[in-house]
Parts: sequence; C-alpha cells; structure tokens
Amino acid sequence: MNEKTEKLIDKKGIRLDGRKADELRPLKLQVGVLSNADGSAYIEHGKNKILAAAFGPREMHPKHLAMQDRMVLRCRYHMAPFSVQERKSPAPSRREVELSKVIKESLEPALFLELYPRTGVDVFVEVLQADGGTRCASITAAALAIADSGVPMRDLVVACAAGKIDDTIVLDLYDAEDKLGAADVPVAFMPNLNAITLLQMDGILTPEEFEKAVNMAMDGCKKIYEMQKEALKTKYMVVKEVEE
Amino acid sequence: MPIFFEKKQLVTPGELLAEGDYLAGENTYMEGNKICAARIGLVDTDNKKVNVVALRAFYVPKVGDIVIGTVVEVGFNGWTVDIKSPYSALLRASDVLSRPFKPQNDELSQVLNAGDLIVAKIASYDRAHDPQLTVGEPGLGKITRGQILRVTPTKIPRVIGRKGSMISMIKQETGCQIILGLNGVILVTGKSVEDEELAIEAIKKIDQESHTSGLTDRITQLLKEKKVKVEENKNE
Amino acid sequence: MSSLVTRVRLKQIEQLIEKGKRLDERGLRDYREIKIEQGLIERAEGSARVLLGKTEVLVGVKVETGEPFSDTPNEGVQTVNAELVPLASPNFEPGPPDENSIELARVVDRGIRESKAIDTEKLCIEPGKKVFIVFIDVYVLNHDGNLIDASALAAMAALLNTKMPNYEIKDGELKIKQGYTPLPMKSHPITVTIGKINNYLIVDPWLEEEQVMDSRISFAFNDDGNICAIQKGGSGYFTPQQILEASKIAQEKAAELRKKLDW
Repeated sequence: MNEKTEKLIDKKGIRLDGRKADELRPLKLQVGVLSNADGSAYIEHGKNKILAAAFGPREMHPKHLAMQDRMVLRCRYHMAPFSVQERKSPAPSRREVELSKVIKESLEPALFLELYPRTGVDVFVEVLQADGGTRCASITAAALAIADSGVPMRDLVVACAAGKIDDTIVLDLYDAEDKLGAADVPVAFMPNLNAITLLQMDGILTPEEFEKAVNMAMDGCKKIYEMQKEALKTKYMVVKEVEE
Repeated sequence: MPIFFEKKQLVTPGELLAEGDYLAGENTYMEGNKICAARIGLVDTDNKKVNVVALRAFYVPKVGDIVIGTVVEVGFNGWTVDIKSPYSALLRASDVLSRPFKPQNDELSQVLNAGDLIVAKIASYDRAHDPQLTVGEPGLGKITRGQILRVTPTKIPRVIGRKGSMISMIKQETGCQIILGLNGVILVTGKSVEDEELAIEAIKKIDQESHTSGLTDRITQLLKEKKVKVEENKNE
Repeated sequence: MSSLVTRVRLKQIEQLIEKGKRLDERGLRDYREIKIEQGLIERAEGSARVLLGKTEVLVGVKVETGEPFSDTPNEGVQTVNAELVPLASPNFEPGPPDENSIELARVVDRGIRESKAIDTEKLCIEPGKKVFIVFIDVYVLNHDGNLIDASALAAMAALLNTKMPNYEIKDGELKIKQGYTPLPMKSHPITVTIGKINNYLIVDPWLEEEQVMDSRISFAFNDDGNICAIQKGGSGYFTPQQILEASKIAQEKAAELRKKLDW
C-alpha cells in the first residue's frame, strides 16, 4: 500500500511534532524516586513515562539459578495496561519478553559480574505511558537505577534510536514515525568505553543510511549521557546547598 | 601525567579520573592505562592512588568486622542472619551453645528466634562461601533494647570521626551507648527515647551531609540546641 | 534481602501504640499525608496518582467498547485489575496476580460497584449489543502500607478524571465524533482501613505496623455515609464491639476525607 499520506517530514526539514531531523524529544530524568528499591529512576522522554528500579545484589530466588563464579543480572520490561492506545493485557507479551532480554544484554557489559558470585541483581522497568522508543528510554533509566543502588559499573549505559522517515535519516522516532517510517535503529552505548551494547533494526536501509543512522543515534546518546550524569549528581548535590 | 579532576569532585561511574602513572584505588578500575570511577562518589588521591569515596554502596563482608544483623531463619544447626549484605550470614549453634549440642534436646528458637537482633563478628568469608558469624566475644550477642538505624557503610568512618572524636561527642551529649556495625547498621541505646532520637538525628545528618565541610560544627550545634529542648520537655 | 521487622522494633511499635502514638508521630486515628495528582497519563482516558505517605499507587482508566453481560444488557461494564509490580517492594515477585493483588482488585471494585459510582446505564450504546467497558488498572508503584485505601482513592480520582469520546451510531456503525464527555458518575465512595494491634485500633496502618497487626478491616462509604462494602483481612479476629467501634471510626474518617477532597 503506497498511498500518499501526510508527509512525516516537510520540505523545510520539520517533522510533524515540530522537530528538526537531528533533534531529541524533551527529556526529564530523576534518580531515587522509590523508597523500597535499592536504586530507582524515572524518565520522561517525549510522551514516554517510564519507571525503573534495581534490587540487589541479593541472593537469587530460586537458588538454583545462581552462578558460582559470577553475579546474574535479570531484567523485566513490562508495560502497564493503560500505557498504550488500546488497553493491553497485563500478562507479558512476546515483545515484552524479547525486550527484557535485549535490555538485560545492553546493561550486562557495564557490570563487574565476577565481583559478587552467587548473587543476582533484578532490574524492573515499568512503562507507564508509551510513545515510541521505550526500550531506549528504559535502558537509560535502568542504568541510572543500577548506579543509584550502589552496584559498581564500568560506565552508565545510555540509549537512543535513529531511523528513516520519508527518505531522511532522523533522530529519536516517536510512535507515529516508527509505525509509518521506513526503519528504526535503537542503539545503547557506553560513551566512555566507546562500546555499543544494544543494536537492533527493523525496516530497510542501505549500508550508507545505516552508518548515518548509527552515528546519529550515538550523537543522541552522548547528549542524553550528559543529562544522566546531571540527574545522578543532582540527587547527591542537594546537600551541598545546606552548606551554603 | 594527567589527572582529570579536582579534589573532592563528585564523579559518576565511567568518568575518566587519571591517565598514566597512577594506581586504581577504591571504587575505581583500570581500562588500559586509564583510571575510571566505578561508583558515584567523591574522588581524591592518596600519593599515586586514586580513590573514590562512594556515596552509595553496599556492605561486602570482611573477616573481623563487627556487624549488626537480624535473624531471619532458624535452621537445624544454626541461624541465618540478614546483615544487609548481598550475602546472608550463618551463625552456627556450636558458636552460641557452650556445651555439645543435640538437635532434639536443644530448641534453637529458644536461644535466638526469627526477628531477634544480634551484634556479631565476621569469623570467616570467601568468594565460595557465605560469611560465618561468631558471638563468642564480650560485647557480642542478642540485643534487647534500643533503636536501629542504617547508613551507607562507607559513611561509618565519618560517623566515627577523626580518632573517634565525632562518635565520642554524640555519646557524651546524648548519654547513649552506640554500637557501629561496619555493615552500616547502628544500634543506639539510651536512658530515654528522646535521648536515642537525638543521637539518631545527629547520625542521620552525618549520613546526609558527610561530603560537606563544617559538619563537625553543625553537629555540635544541633546537639546543643536539641539537648536544651529535650531537657525542657523532661521538666514539663 | 528480608524486610523482616525485628523483635525490638515490634516492641517499640506496640509500646508507642499503648501511649496513643505511632513511629511517625501520628495519632492512632490519623492518616499520613495524602497527595493526589490527576491526568498524568494522557494515553489513558483517565488517570490519577495517589501518595499516601510513601505508598504510591497509579491508576489508569481505559474506556473501550464491547458486549454487555447477558444479565445486564443495558449496562456498561466495569472491571478492576490490580498489579503488585515487583519494583514496589522486595517481596513482590513477577508473575500472574497472587491472592493479595486479586483481593486488592476485588475490594476496590466492590466499593465502586456497590455504591454505583459509575452510572453504568449511561454507558449503553446499543442495548444487548454494544456498551462501553471501563477498565480500571491499579498499579502499585511503592508499598509502604495500606494499599487498599491508596488504591481506592486513586481509582476514584482516576474515574473522576476520565473522559469518554463522543460518538454516534450511523448506519448501524459506531462512529467517534469530536469532543469528550466526562464519565457519568453517581457516587464517590471512600474506603477507610483500620488495623488492630493488641486490641488497639489504628487508622491507615503503614508497612511495619502491617507486620505487627493481627488483622485489618476496610469499610467503603457512599456519599450518604452508608456502608457499601466491607472486607476483613488478616489471620486474627475482631470482637463484635471492635467491629462496631471500627465502623464508627471509619465513618468519621471517611467524612473527614470527603470534606477535604470535596467529593
């Protein structure tokens, strides 16, 4: 079906939500928002509203899943029934199971797994409202939750997607662009180590377009990384004001 | 050889601290010849060693440490104790009962039951085994009175203060007995609930503001001010 | 790690209660600070977040269309689901709803249903064929005690925030029009939970008190001050006099809350 519908990006390079091709949606990050979790973070990224929590390191339940020589990271990505346009059943869907896995694998490289054998860290991500790019926002929040819990990390993991709409490579697709666009490339990145820990794509891109998209996504990641550091420092800097 | 931070700067995991001829100290790691932070905290150097004093960390057992824990389970030949660490600790019955112990005759739950608080010492611990506790020394054993509070374990040295000055002052001003578990659990026992709450307030303030300067003065002031109020309340 | 309350702490809680006080300086009849925020999830037709002390509950309301139940062909459908998500407490595990989350959902549902809070007759599109279905999803985000009252409050606040799309029936087909109408409501039930510790009745038990208390009882009141739902929980018991006393206390607190919220 190739009906000419509304263009996603106009001749001046402005998208339907008013952004330019390389512009991020507005972002808000908060660390330490839940009292019961060992570490937690909340992210608003465009209309995405996501809560992440980390518990551990703690003993694994069930015990037989523990590994003798290393820590185990478990991750659960879950969407609230009211987070999407049509109410979603609370039971985990196949998409949620896959996302739980790739999110876990994007965070693992940041951890020193060999430091705490026989323990586990559980990361829970709850999507309260979704508007495209939830896996990236989830990773960004989950990394902050882990850092907030005191588990040592090689670097914060940050994630951002790029893609193609109407023959243009753009940064940070929201839901409508993802559904109607030609490709979506989410990337998770550890900036200080120059390491990509998640990379997926759906759609069609030429090799040149793909390279452009990945570079654009990494630029987006670097910008969000600065906000991650700010959010983490803000939580602990509050006390500095007392002194002044 | 370059250093990339100022003394006592707040750093986040992954931030580059130094390059070249330095050693990776607490809460840092080496990547090639670069030293990076592994936890959020305040960075400083000690000769050639780059350390990060973590603002948020959990307790990893060390042999010889005094810890305060809660009994969570009574087993067949001992108790499982929660010492607020990734690893739960074991207290063997043979450590507590001085005579040889017979499983049928001795009700372990009579001695220590789930929910009891104990002060203990880490007797042994390694990567392959959970920490084992002992209470076989004076000052260790079951706790029956007082209030518990938790701080990040890395703050305990700050609560102690230089040569014990901070903790001595709090003890003196509040008249409380204070046991500092190195696992970040602190027991405060005083003559009255108000005295205990005052000591707890002072310690909580240290936990919150440990990375600022002038703290000793602020704590002294807090104790003096609140002590007057407590005395007034007692005389009412 | 276990969140077991220590023996010493339990004794402390009991001793304070005997003096008419609680750990956070509340009286036995006081609620913790309540904060309500509405409309924070734009994707949902209605939403609200309640902070009861540190207990945090988010409720999202989705309105969809479907078939009515055969015994009520002219009425819309209301359904409540509750999730005790793992990030809310180290004791919650991922998986299908357990008995606690099912009880929570059904108690919240009962208060709303029995008081006829939602005017379900106004939700009928085509009798016997098509009605509006109101999905109320209770999402517990942080458990610090008294999930029932926090969830019931959040559910009501979310319903009051709920807007349904305007529609018309054209050629036998349901067509969505421009604009919205607020969800038709007939009543504003309020639920009050009372816990029992050593024969003392306390309002709004928080997490550590819940571990000491032997039982709890929740009362839902409609706008007239009549009781529309009751649930006793926990493995202890109440004497008949305690039940009557609890119901009087609950009625007072519900009226207080109703005034404060202006419901």
